Amino acid sequence: MTDVSASILTTADGKPLKAALAASQARARRKAFMLVAPLFLFVVITFVIPIGQMLFQSVYNDTFSATAPALRQWFDENPPGTEPDEAAYAALVSDLRLMREERSAGAAGTRINYDISGTRSMFTGMARKADKLEPPYKEAVLAEDKKWDNPDVWRAMRSASSPFTIDFYLAALDMTRDETGSIVGVKEGQAVYKMLFGRTLFLSALITVMCMALAFPIAHMLATLPMAKSNLLMILVLLPFWTSLLVRTTSWMVLLQSQGVVNDFLVWAGIVGDDGRIQMMYNQIGTVVAMTHILLPFMVLPLYSVMRTIPPSYVRAARSLGATSWTAFRRIYLPQTLPGIGAGALLVFILAVGYYITPALVGGADGQLISNLIAFHMQKSLNWSLAAALAALLLGGILILYWLYDRLVGIDNMKLG
Amino acid sequence: MTNAADDEGFVVFDRVQKSYDGETLVVKDLNLSIGKGEFLTMLGPSGSGKTTCLMMLAGFETATHGEIRLGGENINNVPPHKRGIGMVFQNYALFPHMTVGENLAFPLEVRGMGKSEREQKVKRALDMVQMGNFINRRPAQLSGGQQQRIALARALVFDPKLVLMDEPLGALDKQLREHMQFEIKHLHETLGITVVYVTHDQGEALTMSDRVAVFNDGRIQQLAPPDELYERPQNSFVAQFIGENNKLPGVVETLSGDKCTVRLETGEIIDATPVNVREAGQKTLVSIRPERVEFKSEMMPEGAHTIGAEVLEVIYMGDIFRTRMRVAGSEEFVMKSRNTLGQTKLVEGEKIQIGWHPQDARALDPM
Repeated sequence: MTDVSASILTTADGKPLKAALAASQARARRKAFMLVAPLFLFVVITFVIPIGQMLFQSVYNDTFSATAPALRQWFDENPPGTEPDEAAYAALVSDLRLMREERSAGAAGTRINYDISGTRSMFTGMARKADKLEPPYKEAVLAEDKKWDNPDVWRAMRSASSPFTIDFYLAALDMTRDETGSIVGVKEGQAVYKMLFGRTLFLSALITVMCMALAFPIAHMLATLPMAKSNLLMILVLLPFWTSLLVRTTSWMVLLQSQGVVNDFLVWAGIVGDDGRIQMMYNQIGTVVAMTHILLPFMVLPLYSVMRTIPPSYVRAARSLGATSWTAFRRIYLPQTLPGIGAGALLVFILAVGYYITPALVGGADGQLISNLIAFHMQKSLNWSLAAALAALLLGGILILYWLYDRLVGIDNMKLG
Repeated sequence: MTNAADDEGFVVFDRVQKSYDGETLVVKDLNLSIGKGEFLTMLGPSGSGKTTCLMMLAGFETATHGEIRLGGENINNVPPHKRGIGMVFQNYALFPHMTVGENLAFPLEVRGMGKSEREQKVKRALDMVQMGNFINRRPAQLSGGQQQRIALARALVFDPKLVLMDEPLGALDKQLREHMQFEIKHLHETLGITVVYVTHDQGEALTMSDRVAVFNDGRIQQLAPPDELYERPQNSFVAQFIGENNKLPGVVETLSGDKCTVRLETGEIIDATPVNVREAGQKTLVSIRPERVEFKSEMMPEGAHTIGAEVLEVIYMGDIFRTRMRVAGSEEFVMKSRNTLGQTKLVEGEKIQIGWHPQDARALDPM
């Protein structure tokens, strides 16, 4: 290297070219940022922050730990598995007094109740009596309520005494901690979430495949018909979009129920007897049929937009080169529709995995998806942390699928419209 | 296959008609016979039916009436993939998800050809169009001219009896187009294949073809070798469509054998050759090529009528001067004169006498 400055390009008056370029584009960049700023703020305030906070709840829950400082200290000083001694009960009583003062015994009890059901009342009951208790506290507490002797309760309190925990994720994966604090699977018959995750993925995959099988011919027809006719048919495809989701779901209820249109027809046609009406609703069939119908446009549209851009001359060229119509379809047409198939499948699958209303209405017990359970924990059991953990697992799973898709097909190959 | 089919009628359109909507005919009573090894161009404006003819030959459209024969056999009901016809499409139609090599191997693969033979044929076809180094590229990585060559090689790789080309050079720039015209012509000559070529570019048709079929309104207006087509157009459409042309409307004054005189609308009388006028008193359109118009008296044939002209505009075009004049009331009369050393320079407003050989003035049917 003889001259270092020669390698840095400069403008005519000696400024570095890169700096000059940045300066000349700064104004345009500022303007562009101002244009997207409202949307950016809107997304941050209404989407990123709430979801972030929700996800944070899956690892952070201080409803118990905030009002149990003494217990927390005792748990810190003694390793897991230590028999609760007089000091432990003293800490418990002091914390119960604090809970009574702050009226937080219910909330703290609920937190322990997540782990061991039927324990909430122990906290509310004992907190009421906490002021009257005299030392030695261990005997006093156990005299009032024998259940405080239960080591499970103490283990649950130990894990809840720290606001940060992965216990909700363990619960979401059907796992728990045993006496020594190591992670084990829950008892047979209590496991629900893994099965539900599996069912959600399986049903979503099934719905995606069904949508693909139905949408491919429709999209092909739309793409090859003359514009005027295809526009008319396109309206029919889009019509469900403009109808309320509830209306569409309830119309499937009208069709599929055991006294519904489909069963009436089958009985009338003599295919099934009046006592042999097919159960098509409040089970997985109902969920799959209704969701396939509702998600179909999401498959048709990307496929159509890709097919529209494939000139008929490709298939013609293949035919003239000696390929039968099937070979021309398989070797020439189908590979070119892959970006559409990929986009549609990903879209339908992701939507299906998170679907809530339709399975809730037509799914019954068998056709429930994971999102229905998330909603249950949000609305009924009020275990938001568990709901957040389930949602985070779902989100993570989808991100992994998205990443896999990117590796296999390439996200830039995807065409959504 | 008989010998007769080999020479005269390798491809035959026999009274072919085509209608898309059952109300209008796109192709009206087409009779055309193409010899083996011939380079035939279908030339015509868009909507004239030429592409429909090609598509019927390729098998993508069915003839509403009539018969299409290839090598003496009726192919009306033969599906496209069994016709063995190579085709080059307007936008090349190279399969975008395959490499150049895979594109070329495709026709061989679907014919069940073995791998080694396939590779050998692909290589030979690529060398033929000087694209041997591009075998692993994808079509999107090639320029228009390169894609054109690959499309050509793909249409030829399976040794088809007949190659169809549908405006294959339409998307190329002028220089490349002219270059490719010669290359296609040379390929045709060296391989001895039969080519049916569709274009709306008359220059292309004249340069490349053995014979040109000029299409208009669903009919062949004239079927002739390029020189005949240019010099002896059979009707006004062909005269106007091929090359530049001066038109002088008038009435046939006298008609005797292969000579006639025409009285123009402004009263002047000119000499002409009757082409499709039958009797004196008939309306006609006299067509004269701009390069056959003379303004120097020594160049004029003996006894020819001359006519007065006023120079309106002289355009310098390098190799020629293009002079626009007012002749017999028309302001669009053009004369082309070569830019030779010592060529007389005409100026605007100059009054001159122009004339031509009577053979170059063709009295055609009025349109």
